[in-house]
Amino acid sequence: MNQKYILDIIYLIASVTFVIGLKMLSNPQTARRGNLWAAFGMTLAVVGTIVMHDTVSPVIYALILGAIAVGTVIGWITAKRVKMTAMPELVSLFNGMGGACAALISLLEFHHNVGQPGRVGIIMAGMIIGSVSFSGSIIAFMKLNGTLKKSIRLPHYNMINTVLMFVTIAAGVFLTVSGSESIGLLLGVFALALVYGVFFVAPIGGADMPVVISLLNSFTGLAAAFGGFLYNNQVMLTGGILVGSAGTLLTLAMCTAMNRPLFNVIFGAFGETAATTGGSKTGGTIKDISISDAAVLMNYSKKVIIVPGYGLAVAQAQHVIHELEKLLEERGVDVKYAIHPVAGRMPGHMNVLLAESNVDYSKLAEMEEVNPEFSNTDVVLVVGANDVVNPAAKNDSSSPIYGMPILEVENSHHIIINKRSMNAGYAGIDNELFYNPKTSMLFGDAKDALTKLVTELKTL
Amino acid sequence: MSSILAFLGENIQMIYIVILSIFVGVEVISKVPSVLHTPLMSGANAIHGVVIVGSIIVMLNTEPENILLLSLGFVAVVLGTLNVVGGFVVTDRMLEMFKKKEKK
Repeated sequence: MNQKYILDIIYLIASVTFVIGLKMLSNPQTARRGNLWAAFGMTLAVVGTIVMHDTVSPVIYALILGAIAVGTVIGWITAKRVKMTAMPELVSLFNGMGGACAALISLLEFHHNVGQPGRVGIIMAGMIIGSVSFSGSIIAFMKLNGTLKKSIRLPHYNMINTVLMFVTIAAGVFLTVSGSESIGLLLGVFALALVYGVFFVAPIGGADMPVVISLLNSFTGLAAAFGGFLYNNQVMLTGGILVGSAGTLLTLAMCTAMNRPLFNVIFGAFGETAATTGGSKTGGTIKDISISDAAVLMNYSKKVIIVPGYGLAVAQAQHVIHELEKLLEERGVDVKYAIHPVAGRMPGHMNVLLAESNVDYSKLAEMEEVNPEFSNTDVVLVVGANDVVNPAAKNDSSSPIYGMPILEVENSHHIIINKRSMNAGYAGIDNELFYNPKTSMLFGDAKDALTKLVTELKTL
Repeated sequence: MSSILAFLGENIQMIYIVILSIFVGVEVISKVPSVLHTPLMSGANAIHGVVIVGSIIVMLNTEPENILLLSLGFVAVVLGTLNVVGGFVVTDRMLEMFKKKEKK
């Protein structure tokens, strides 16, 4: 009996470390320690669960430890090797693993609990949510790493999805209420939930993936919490619910930063309307700028602000841009980075990327603090960003991005925009900034163009 | 009706935990700067890996003869560990970079 009490105390400590860890994770100074605290609590909970349980067959211990060893080695190596730009898909993949784990637990617990509607209900909920999170995360992963390029939209996909969702839930409820022992039916619900996860994520555009991952993240939290309910296990419950609620809030925060209501993300209103109505076409003439002119312009400026975007991340140009910044600084130019909250592949991703290439933290300016500075800035260099600098968000109420907070680069003296081509950004809308008389376009791959710019600057 | 009431009554402590945890979760991250959205998501992702505890309990309660259940349980523990270890390590890698800059 003592063991049970000790385990309860271990779980209590672990739960507290999760809360403290999450709290510390929301402050840049303490974030790293917070993560370690949570990891410590997790280790404690896992070790406690094994050690404090009544002794079982050595085969079982060997299998558990073997599984943990396999998972640790693979997880550790993958996490250490992944490129920082590939972070979003990796988070998605790990999230899917958690969802699959929760779904498997439910599958395995079903036959122990047949005939107890309350418990079967919990098992069903855990299985459905876990499976949706698993298959959805895998689709999100494939979309982000480029395996799945197009958004797959069946005709009337919203209706199909809604029907599928209700069928899945109804099947789960039937299994709960009827007290059926049918393993076939159980596997049927499992399969339905997996298919729903695929259908749920497949129509959503790549740019909305961060929001989806964050949402699926809170789903997995919920699935873990149902597991906690099932076993009367407090650490699973607190951990799961914490992530569920914090994840939901984070999802909403991301939506706010992107000015995309969650409803539109899920039901895909964006992709459709943007492609057809697409805001007013601005038209006008575009001015090109050569590498050497751009280099000269920046070299003789007092103040340059760099606006990095998704394109920079895709082109892996974060190291070159740092080189450019250092070079300009050496020549007495004041250089800063203006970071839009959703710059990069997910909110905060750009900060991680620039941090990776050793850009000084104090050089990263957030939108609110940098916006008033543009009016006394000589040159703004926009690299691979489009929608976050589109004035239509302020001026054009018919634009799909109207109301999104933007970086007001049009207030500066010169704007150099590096883009691969004139293709519109992911919002699929034209950007009047390109036709602004103060704007010059520097076409080319971000890494390529910036490397040439650095070489050119060195000769000056 | 009475069965629902009984269910709630039996689990009332768990329900307290659920409700209070919801508020704690919201409270704890309510002031997070957007800079930290990515690491926070990744960190939270690692924390829900606590589901691994459930998969270990399944294994501990399975008879050593039940090969099918044991192998599924094995897979579940591997997946849960991947979630936990991968999640924490990747979060640490991200945050390590934030640290470097502070020294300057």
